[in-house]
This record gives sequence, structure tokens and C-alpha cells, in this order.
Amino acid sequence: MIKIKAKDVDVFYGKKQALFNISLDIEENQVTALIGPSGCGKSTFLRCLNRMNDVIDICSVKGEILINDFNINDKSCDVVRLREKIGMVFQKPNPFPKTLYENVSYGPTIHGMAQSKQEMDEIVETSLKKAALWEEVKDRLHEPGTGLSGGQQQRLCIARAISVTPEVILMDEPCSALDPIATAQIEELIDELKKEHTIIIVTHSMAQAARVSQNTGFFHLGRLIEHGSTDKIFKNPDNKKTQDYITGRFG
Amino acid sequence: MNLILFTFIVLLGFTSYYFGRKKAYTIQSTKKRLTALPQFYGYYLAIWCAIPAFIIFSLWAIFEPTIVKLLILSDYSNQGYLDDELNLLYEKSKALSRGQFTGEITPFIEASAEKYLSLRSIAQSSKVVIVLSAIIASVAYAYKRISSNSRTREPVEKFLKAVLFTASLAAILTTVGIVFSLIFQTIDFFKVIPLFDFVFGTHWYPAKAFVRDSSEALDPTMYSDTFGAVPIFAGTFFIAFIAMCVAIPIGLMSGIYLAEYASTKVRQYAKPLIEILAGIPTVVYGFFAALTVGPFLKELGTSMGLEVSAESALAAGGVMGIMIIPFISSLSDDVITSVPQSLRDGSYAMGATKSETIKRVIFPAALPGIVGSILLGVSRAIGETMIVVMASGLAANLTLNPLESTSTITAQIVVILIGDQAFGDPKTQAAFALGMSLFLVTLCLNIVALRVVKKYREKYE
Repeated sequence: MIKIKAKDVDVFYGKKQALFNISLDIEENQVTALIGPSGCGKSTFLRCLNRMNDVIDICSVKGEILINDFNINDKSCDVVRLREKIGMVFQKPNPFPKTLYENVSYGPTIHGMAQSKQEMDEIVETSLKKAALWEEVKDRLHEPGTGLSGGQQQRLCIARAISVTPEVILMDEPCSALDPIATAQIEELIDELKKEHTIIIVTHSMAQAARVSQNTGFFHLGRLIEHGSTDKIFKNPDNKKTQDYITGRFG
Repeated sequence: MNLILFTFIVLLGFTSYYFGRKKAYTIQSTKKRLTALPQFYGYYLAIWCAIPAFIIFSLWAIFEPTIVKLLILSDYSNQGYLDDELNLLYEKSKALSRGQFTGEITPFIEASAEKYLSLRSIAQSSKVVIVLSAIIASVAYAYKRISSNSRTREPVEKFLKAVLFTASLAAILTTVGIVFSLIFQTIDFFKVIPLFDFVFGTHWYPAKAFVRDSSEALDPTMYSDTFGAVPIFAGTFFIAFIAMCVAIPIGLMSGIYLAEYASTKVRQYAKPLIEILAGIPTVVYGFFAALTVGPFLKELGTSMGLEVSAESALAAGGVMGIMIIPFISSLSDDVITSVPQSLRDGSYAMGATKSETIKRVIFPAALPGIVGSILLGVSRAIGETMIVVMASGLAANLTLNPLESTSTITAQIVVILIGDQAFGDPKTQAAFALGMSLFLVTLCLNIVALRVVKKYREKYE
């Protein structure tokens, strides 16, 4: 099943073109990894999928991105609804300066998902459980989220993202600020989450891409050089550049 | 004379810097490695020039007048003069030597005046000689000591640290000095006026104290019902309240607009324009309030059938609020801008709109800074004098009607201290008592503010 279909996506920062003609299909309930050297446009592409590039004044996006066969670059697209369906986790853990509870209940509150305090409690509990954080924090839900360790903060951000039951979760180098143990926990979590969500992860770690993803896309200088199943990309890439990057010859 | 000497010493300082550096370069040219950069050697010599000069200058400033006085008065010792008479004699001869003496000139005074002049010139020239020789000696000593392995960096760094420490010490000591001068006068004031009457009295009428003949003995009963500070405290907080009612919403909202909504171009022009408001002298605001806003409010009120005083708390408070807007808007703009972009991204990515993001994420994160800017505004409002003096009248009415005139602590201090005043008079001391209470109020405000901010920080950082 194809969940997201990007067709001829171009992105400009002012006059500078950052992405050229990206066409990529994302499979539902699988993990797709986007790899490539720094500045190759993989994060920019990721931010196109929930229209986060709108926030940047000088950024303009052209082309079609179909999610459930609906073009999100269309004028009729409601960005609030879109971002409810497409969650995002950032490179640096960015919990709000609020309590753990308020962090997780943030999304459900602004989307009016809970009718009562009880419902909200349930949403918070399930989200934290899905993010494998519940056991560690259940006794201090009303302490500030910024008091957690880096890995816990990132899992809190994942809990915050899944609290509105998004169909897709975008992860922008979610482990780059974490130690190996926290990284392992997040990777385990990603594996678990793909049962219910489609996941797209940008990563600098080839090993991580190989471990967690089923599909991989390789970006270079704003172009999608090659994409396909992770197995194929890592074992038998068609393109010389992909081969060089994966074997560590450049990047 | 002193100025010339001072300039000369500064020149000497530069010269020794130059020589120190030059010597360092010479050492360097012999392929020896220096322990510090050449300019440190220069600074090192300059310090050796500055320190003896400074010490001798201060010693002179402290002891010269005392010694001169002792020498002059030694002529008159054992002649049965009283201390006071001697002092008078000394002051007279000093005045004569400056050509400012107008009284009867006696031979005694003339003689001492001449002696005073000659002593002064001796002191001056010996100072020049001693300072210059001390500088030259110390610089020469230090110059000889400089070698490739002499340590110059540490003394220079230590000297800098000492200078910076002295600067902060001066600021602290000044504060302490002001507080102490306030305290003693305030204590004197409360010896005459009971504290209870001051704090709880509802009648402030210092003009009553003006009529006292200073030759009469002090009679505390005549001051009852004169220095009751409740009306002016109430007036102060009332006007500050009106001002903050204007300044907080407008300031905050314009701050949020500038930080979150305005395009870079708009911000570039709007921010300096708003900050111009802060640069307008308060006197200008004062007559704006008194001559434009006051009469306008009065007319407006009359057309609506309301009794509005030409000098109203509303006019003063409103204009004061306008004056405070730039403090709040500019500072809150800064703190909101410094909220990390990652928090905004996090909120937008959850599907929050701009206003939701501001209300739920950015505003709470920026709150300590915003509270700080508001408290800065409040202390400006409480301390503001000119606008109140000009626009809200000087009569201390106890009222909560913004359309009537009322007065504030600062305005009353002005009233009390304008014109003749005598030290030791309760009227004058009342100004110190008011100043002291103003100081205490702002101090409490600051402490509360710091506490609030700290508590908030602990919670969220």
C-alpha cells in the first residue's frame, strides 16, 4: 500500500533551489529511511510532508505530494488537520516548558479530542505507554518535561507526537543527540510504532538506517539518487554514488 | 597646576608603556622567548607608573589640608583661643588668600593668609617633585627588572581585576551611602512624628509645617494631622495602576506582534519607532499630559456630564502608561524572540495555530522575562515624578476617582524640597522619610519579582 506519493517536488529557499524533482513513494506501515550527506535536502523533503516549510518565509514548494490520494500542497488543504495526521519528531528533543502531562495532552487539547479529564488521562497514559516511557514517569506526570534525561525527553516528544494518533510520523534525526543506549531504546520503539504508523526517518547513521528501515532513499545535492528496499540499497545499489556513500567513500 | 601634572603623568604612563614594549622587542630580537606578549611588558611598566602616582596623590589629598591648617594654627597656639575661633580664623585667612573675603581684614588674618599661600605653593611644588621622582624611580626599577623570564602577565591581570573590583565597589558603596543618609534623616523624622501617624494618617498637608518659625521650639503636637502618608501612597499606587492598565496590554501586544507576526521589514522600522517613545524626556510627557490630555479629558467629561478635574489622575496615569509602553514592548519582544525556534516548530508540528502556539507555548516560556519587563515598568511608574507634578496636581487627595486630582510620593518630595528648606526641620526630613519608604517599596517589589521569576525558572528549566 502506498501511503505518500511525492511527484516532482521542487523546493526553493528564495532563489536557491534546494530540492530537484523529487518523486518518491512511501509504503504504509513501514519505516522509510532517508539518508545522504549533510545539506543534501533530506530534512527539507521531510518538512514538505507536513508543510513545516510554511513556517519559513522564503521557502516555496512546488509539485504534488499526495497523502491518501489528496494533494497536501493544494490550497484547500487544512494545515491544522494535516499536521494532526502527520506527526513529527525533531533532531533535538524539544519538550515544551510544561509538565509531562501537559506536554502529552497538548495535541489532544488543541484538536479537541478528549471530552473529559478521564479521557485525557487515558490518552496521556496510552501515549506514554506506546512511547515506552510510562513506567519511568508515571509517578511524576506533573513535573516539568524538561527535567528528564535526553533520551527520555525524546521519547516524551514521541509520546506527544503519537497522542493525536497520526497516520504518519516524521522523524528528523531523532537519535543524533542521544547516547547509544537511548538510541537503542528509540530504535526498538520505532520498530513497535510501525505497526500502527507509517514512519519516515532522516538519519546520518547508515547502521541505523539498515537496522530500522524497510525502505531507503538516498539523497545527494538536492536530488533523490536512488530509492528502494533497504536490503537492495545496502547490498546491491544500482548507482555508483549510493555505493560510495554507503561504503563510506564520501559524505 | 594639578591638571598639567596629571596630563604629564598620563604622558609618562604612555612613555613607559612604549619603553616596556620596546625592551621586550629588544629581548625578543636576541632570540629569547618572552614569557608574555610584548604589550604586557608595556602595561607592566605603565602600572608601575600609575600606582605610585595614585598613592601619592591620594595621600596628598587626604593630608595636605590638615597639615597646612596645623602649621598655620600653630602660630596661635597657647594664646587662649577657643577651637571654634581658631577654625573661623583659618577659614577667614583661606578666604582672604583667594580674594573672596569681604569682612574686616586684621593683620593677624593677613599674615596667616600669606602664610597659607606660601605653604600651599610649597606643598604644590613638593608634590610635583615627589610624584615625578617616585614615578621615575619606580619605572626605572621596573624597567631594569624586566628580562626575558620576568613575569608580567600575572601582575597586569591582577591589576585589571583590582580596577574592575574597585569600580563595582564604588557602585555598591554609593548605594550603601545613599541608604544610610536616608536612614538617619528618617530616624530623626520619626523622633518628631510618630511612625503610626505617618503610616496610618490619612491627612497629608505639609504646607502646615511651612508656617513654623524656626526660632521656636519644636512642638510635635502642631504636626499632628500633617504627615499622614496614606493619601500619597494611595495616590502613587493608583496612578501607577492606571499607567500599567495602559502600558501592559498595549506594550505586551505590540511586543508579541513585533516578535511573532511582523515581517523583518516592518520590525526593522517599527521597533526603533516605538523605542523613540522611551527617549522623550518626561518633562515633555508632563506638559503633554497637562496641556493636551488633561483639558481634552475635561472637555470630554463635561460633554458627557461628568465632573473632570483639569488635573486628573487619569491624565497623568494615562500619559505615564504611554511613556512605559516601549519598556514593556521592547523587552518582551526581546524575550519572546529568544524563545527557541524548536519550541515553535514542536507546537506547529502538532497542528497548533500561531495564536495557540503563542498562548500555550511561547508566552509561558517567555513569562519570567515578561514579568521582569512589567516590574521594570512598575518601578518606573512608581518613581515617575515630572508627569505627576505637572498633570495631576499637588494636593494629596485621598480618592479612588480617576477623574479627580491626586498626588504621589515623588511629587510630594518635590513640593517639600522646592524653595527654602532647613536641615533638621521635620518638613525637610519628611522628604527623606518618603524617599526611604519609596526605596523600601521598590526593594520589596524587586525581591518579590526575583522570587517569582526564580520559582518559575526552577519549575521549567
